[in-house]
Amino acid sequence: MAERTIELTVNGEARTVVVEDRTTLADALREQCHLTGTHLGCEHGVCGACTVLLDGEAVRSCLLFAVQAAGSEVTTIEGLSPADGSLTTVQEAFRECHGLQCGFCTPGFVVSVTAFLAENPTPTDEEIREALSGNLCRCTGYQGIIKAVRLAAERLQPANAT
Amino acid sequence: MVAGPPSSPDRQSTVAKLSTAGAARYAGSRVNRVEDARLLTGRGTYVDDISLPGMLHACFVRSPVAHARIRGIDGSAARALRGVHAVFTAEDLNPGAKEQWHTSLGPESPETPRPPLAEGVVRFVGDPVVLVIADSRYLAEDAAEIVEIDYEALPGVVDYTTAEGAETLVHEEYGSNLIFELSGTPESALGDVFASSPHVVSATIHQQAYVPAPMEGRGLVVDYSRATGDLTIYSATQAPHEVRAFCSRLLGLPEHRIRVIARDTGGAFGQKLMVQREEMCVMLAGFALGKPIKWVEDRRENLLAAGQSRHEHASLKMALDADGKIAAAHIDYVSDCGSYPTPWPVQTAQVVGALFPGPYRVPAAGFTAKTIYTNTVGRTAYRGPWQFESLAREVLLDIAARSIGMDPVELRRRNLLRRDELPYTNPNGMPYDHISPLETLEQALTMLDYEAFRKEQAEARAAGRYLGVGLSTYVEPSTPGFGYYATEATTIRIEPSGKVNVYIAGGSCGNSIETTVIQLTADALGVNIEDVATIQGDTAVTGFGGGAAGSRSGSMTAGAVRETASILRERILAIAAQKLEASVEDIELVNSRAIVRGTPSIGVSLAELAAVAYFDPYSLPPGVPAGLEVSTRYTAENRFIWVNATHACTCEVDVSTGAVQLLRYLVSEDCGPMINPNVVEGQIAGGVVQGIGGALYEHLAYDDQGNPLATTFMDYLLPAATEVPLIEYGHIETPSPGPGGYKGVGEGGAIGAPPAVVNAVNDALSPFGVTITRLPLSPSAILAHLEGVGP
Repeated sequence: MAERTIELTVNGEARTVVVEDRTTLADALREQCHLTGTHLGCEHGVCGACTVLLDGEAVRSCLLFAVQAAGSEVTTIEGLSPADGSLTTVQEAFRECHGLQCGFCTPGFVVSVTAFLAENPTPTDEEIREALSGNLCRCTGYQGIIKAVRLAAERLQPANAT
Repeated sequence: MVAGPPSSPDRQSTVAKLSTAGAARYAGSRVNRVEDARLLTGRGTYVDDISLPGMLHACFVRSPVAHARIRGIDGSAARALRGVHAVFTAEDLNPGAKEQWHTSLGPESPETPRPPLAEGVVRFVGDPVVLVIADSRYLAEDAAEIVEIDYEALPGVVDYTTAEGAETLVHEEYGSNLIFELSGTPESALGDVFASSPHVVSATIHQQAYVPAPMEGRGLVVDYSRATGDLTIYSATQAPHEVRAFCSRLLGLPEHRIRVIARDTGGAFGQKLMVQREEMCVMLAGFALGKPIKWVEDRRENLLAAGQSRHEHASLKMALDADGKIAAAHIDYVSDCGSYPTPWPVQTAQVVGALFPGPYRVPAAGFTAKTIYTNTVGRTAYRGPWQFESLAREVLLDIAARSIGMDPVELRRRNLLRRDELPYTNPNGMPYDHISPLETLEQALTMLDYEAFRKEQAEARAAGRYLGVGLSTYVEPSTPGFGYYATEATTIRIEPSGKVNVYIAGGSCGNSIETTVIQLTADALGVNIEDVATIQGDTAVTGFGGGAAGSRSGSMTAGAVRETASILRERILAIAAQKLEASVEDIELVNSRAIVRGTPSIGVSLAELAAVAYFDPYSLPPGVPAGLEVSTRYTAENRFIWVNATHACTCEVDVSTGAVQLLRYLVSEDCGPMINPNVVEGQIAGGVVQGIGGALYEHLAYDDQGNPLATTFMDYLLPAATEVPLIEYGHIETPSPGPGGYKGVGEGGAIGAPPAVVNAVNDALSPFGVTITRLPLSPSAILAHLEGVGP
């Protein structure tokens, strides 16, 4: 199958990747860019494990072809946290609230929640649940995740900034 | 680092201590998990993240029909495709399989013969027929699409309830679709009790097929080097050592030439406990080609071929005296095992029968347990594989309460075992002890404020709204202490710098065993938790261990750490006593230092002691060996460790749409002292939500031709954040007789939840005289029951 070369920015770095037309963005990130934090849980757009930011917006990388991301800026889970290995407020809240167990769905949740709180910094409980409903988790029963989003939202309030 | 949870006023976590456990610095506290830093930042290593030079990719061609003879396979076009390395059929691959049995069951277990690839006959939609190996998964799928297989359709056996008498046999050579029938006391022997009891209730309860559906499917990478004869497997597994032993026998390779590595596994819940046919195929193909091969199943394959669970029903009968005391109980149980059950399903079916009396005073009981082949995907383990006993009993108890006209709480209070009756052997020979069923019921009712709910329910009904409350109490055997599961090994190395590494088999699939082991070791050696690391999931560097199964990890790792650490402690104390010129009895180990009791200023760091042990061996006290590394193997002292809980659930049913909304969900459990309450509550929550999914949403449905109808997450409905209630926890602590008093807590949530939800819905619908006994309680099922009836 024909291959083509595309250019995109991934986690702030300019990347040139060679893909087939049918190569999904998720596979290009995992296999060409070696960013394996983006996980594939269903490959049909339901589970949300493959969520990445495309020009700042949360998208399912299993439903996009890599060629559709040409010229765009992609942020994966690897690009969210600071280079010194510390955790973001959202990641730290997940950790404190036992918001993960096996961790497979976690990158998708963290990316989705990061985008959600940027858009809605003061969500109600109902809005939190609604926002999370596009990501599936099989370990936690969502209990710790819901708490983590609430905690992260509290900590991200300008008044609470440290 | 130790951190408490953020304050959350709506989160109830009640602890009732019935007896005290030993004080410890880390055990018992909500220690943050050591696994999280890598998993939160996308730096985990799941099997699909493994990439080896020259690695090839596998894809299976699977049967599109439930039952057929294979007349011919033409793989020539696929083979001719550029980038395709091999197209294997059963003829090519299967002769390489030498032996295939699991250590946990032994070579004598009468397993269903499992050909790696289908031989001559396909027995379910999804049955692997051809294995394609290519440069990429994309190419392997292209090639798989053009393999031509000529099938001669055979009649299928899809409905397990009529399979026993069907003319068609799933496995012709087996001679019957009935795998086995086991029985305890026959119903006829209980005839007098049933004839003479004032209340006899009966019901038939059906549970649909539903499945673990871990977010990561099954998968492995097999890397065989012909030059060295070494084979490395990266596996998504609960039991790395079982994978190694199985592979050794399958290929005829010595066990010590095989290394199985399982770093991060994306959920399992029983589905990744055994080596299944696809994994056998990839092992055989990797061995045959001498090149690394990766197979990671996609979601369609996972829902098509990774196994089914829970599909079963039973006819139940219970006799009660005039006071509502149970006089006898009997269950006729039948389980759908599909075409290739893994493992042999007969023992699990027997446990359903044996545990049917549950934590109740049941003077007489009996059972039959049938296991049946059908042309559907094989039955596999799922969190509490025998949980049907609790579903059946608890739903029947509510039916009995309604029939007698007694409150279901009162009925349970009159029959639940009391502490002063323990140890208690149930009529099927199950010897319960160290449990607290009545205490968990009372705690759950207090947390719920049962009386207040009943008032609220009455008011709602008067206003035309239908609320319900459901309870379930169960007792569960955890931590099997026999055979393959009887032991667990640890090596603890205090390195020359004084830092500590703990080596243990592991098999974590989200159950936090790394954190658990680190907490326990830090306490046992009196060191700071940040000074301890653990290495797990690698058979080359850890001693044999049974893996994460049977709710065994907490108790068994506690035993294993205790054994090894106690020897190291003794050595550290001896070296410190000599160095500090004190007697051994006066030395204390705290904060990674040995100090003289009461005089913390006089002390020596573990690093200094380790330096003596490694680099100054001639000055060690007499009898103390050089170095600080010890391996031991702990042997369980109990055949089982019993654990129990009560679940309470309230709901509202919208009788115009059939939708069920869960309002509150409470769990009072007794897992003994908790090593880490976050982990305990996390395990409960995950299990509960899987049970809620099974009660209300999930259904691995087939049509009557044996075609699967739910092979995507659009059709197989997992609960999402919008469906789950806040779960409230109560803890009762009755120490077990095992290490630390700990008990297993991995499976219980999934056992207790389905009956609690079903009972709540049936309670809500009681004004309509409706009792639903067939799961799932979907809106359409509820509306069908309500058709033509009024409150």
